[in-house]
Amino acid sequence: MLDFVQQLVSGVALGCVYGLIALGFVLVYKATEVVNFAQGDLMMLGGFFAFTFIGILGLNYWVGFAGAVICMALFGMLAERLVVRPILGYPQFSIIMATIGLGYFLRSVAGMIWGTDDFKIETPFSQGVLRIGSLVLAYDKLSVIAATIILCALLYLFFNRTTLGTAMRASSENMLAAYYMGIPVKRVVSIVWAISAAVATCAGVLLAPITFIHSNVGLVLGLKAFPAAVLGGFGSIPGAVVGGVLIGVIESMAGFYLPQGWKDVAPYIVLLAVLLLKPEGLFGLHARKKV
Amino acid sequence: MRFLFKTDYDDDIRLFPHSGYVVSYGLLLAVLLIAPYLLSSYLMSQLVFVCIYAIVGVGLMILTGFTGQASLGHAAFLAIGAYTAAYLQQFNVPFPVYFLAAGLLTGVVGALVGFPALRLQGIYLVIATISFAFIVEEILARWESVTHGNEGMRVKTIQLLGTTVSRDGPIFYYICLAVLVLTIVGTLNLLRSPTGRAFVAIRDSETAARSMGINVSLYKVKSFAISAAITGFAGVLFAHKLSFISPEMFTLQLSIEFIIVILIGGTFSLHGAVLGAIFLVMIDPFLTYLKDDMPGVISGAAATLGAGPERAGHIQDAVAAFASANGLKGAIYGIIIVAFVLFEPLGLYGRWLKIKLFFQLFPLYKRATFKRQKIYVKSERNR
Repeated sequence: MLDFVQQLVSGVALGCVYGLIALGFVLVYKATEVVNFAQGDLMMLGGFFAFTFIGILGLNYWVGFAGAVICMALFGMLAERLVVRPILGYPQFSIIMATIGLGYFLRSVAGMIWGTDDFKIETPFSQGVLRIGSLVLAYDKLSVIAATIILCALLYLFFNRTTLGTAMRASSENMLAAYYMGIPVKRVVSIVWAISAAVATCAGVLLAPITFIHSNVGLVLGLKAFPAAVLGGFGSIPGAVVGGVLIGVIESMAGFYLPQGWKDVAPYIVLLAVLLLKPEGLFGLHARKKV
Repeated sequence: MRFLFKTDYDDDIRLFPHSGYVVSYGLLLAVLLIAPYLLSSYLMSQLVFVCIYAIVGVGLMILTGFTGQASLGHAAFLAIGAYTAAYLQQFNVPFPVYFLAAGLLTGVVGALVGFPALRLQGIYLVIATISFAFIVEEILARWESVTHGNEGMRVKTIQLLGTTVSRDGPIFYYICLAVLVLTIVGTLNLLRSPTGRAFVAIRDSETAARSMGINVSLYKVKSFAISAAITGFAGVLFAHKLSFISPEMFTLQLSIEFIIVILIGGTFSLHGAVLGAIFLVMIDPFLTYLKDDMPGVISGAAATLGAGPERAGHIQDAVAAFASANGLKGAIYGIIIVAFVLFEPLGLYGRWLKIKLFFQLFPLYKRATFKRQKIYVKSERNR
């Protein structure tokens, strides 16, 4: 039983990381219907920025964290301006390909700048564990769970309670109509990219003590975060987190209870099964065009 | 400019609309047939890879280009074809038999994948195909009694009509070329048949296709099966060319390369698959060439522009260091993909059509002819 709870908690923590990356996908998708395959790589880049600030320049953890988030927000806007804006309004497939290309580029450039070694960031949560009875919880995992809950709540409030959030939802429904209503669609889209890059950075920094940072971390985790977002129903913020947690728990349980090799495929098998039964994910909205 | 005067339906669906096509494709075929006697063995080997990638490209084009169903899982189909060949070979099954068996099995698997994919669209389909590819990769690594797991499998040379076909020899190249040509001709015939037109109708609008009485599910599954079967054939050739296969060859990376093939070639025509394959396969030798020769060329240029010998040496070292940097290839890949999506969405074949039209219409060419239409009213989510 204790093993089970232990696996459950570490699965939830891992899942929260997937959920955080998936949140970035969902944000961009919600606002622009662009599927950003480079999200994991934005996370990787955010981690490297934080590593540069904290590990190399020796800044305080929180200052470095904030610096990385700001840099990445600006970088997100830049990427949107250069790669995504020219092809907004074209078929989804070309945008997916463009972001895959962007991901390739970021991975290689990060590899060229920072090398291909694993890096670690010293965080206030790196050491220490919380003991509840005989249950042992590491602070770094708890910090991921806490950050996910906070970010998720903030984003939920942002999308549902603020004018800018409403503008984002409007421009995702129909860009042209939103533009006619006086919403500065272009600026909205670049803000969304900034937010999603910032969320990705948070994921990257929180993850640093758990998985380390290397130039391929974005690809590896991004490919797990995708099923998470799809499982939850692309375009639903709570869905992304629930999907992420589900994938994390499944992976962790499969790694513990099933024979070797199941750990990596189990999430995909579950995903396919869910898509068979509910093609629009667990929380996806089903809409059909009327003719 | 030639104006075709079509008087009946047969004129409209003819494979060679006029004699010019026969001449140009005949010439191309002749050049390809004598290529083994002209090119170095390295280039011949690359040419075989061009054929294999082009076959996969044609298969993927049927699914993605003509039926509008994206797939990032074609490496798995290639793997199934390759492993079927390697497995059946152990029992001394003759080449033609296991070649067809591999295509058939891959086609059946493709149809099985097609069924769950029926209800999926856009990003969901992409993720589902990625998941499928991961699962296949894992099965290949774990099902050791058949696939020998991560150790991989050796693939023996082809035995055909009592002779051994070396994987580097011209005969193997001719086999690949023949499969490619047959695939292309078969696909062209498919595309002018009711099935092919149903595919295109589904791509353009599923709702419209359904209301015209097309059984959308049936044709999607057919498209998946045909595309997978063609990829399976390519898999057999791929296995023979490499002579060794292991699960880590068939990763998502390879699936992405296949998508790049049709994206760079142009997703609307079979020409695109071939052009894209040439581009993707030939980029490697080109990059190697750049890596070896660029530093010298640039420092030479710097020297002629007035830099001292020491300065030129520095430049040469700097360029050499940059060119051999780890991951430069990935960065160039990324830039190429993004550049094609942004600036040449119709791909290489689209560029060729533009150049052709420019000369045909000479002073009257206008860029707007090929302009894509932007659709800001989003329809992907509710269609």
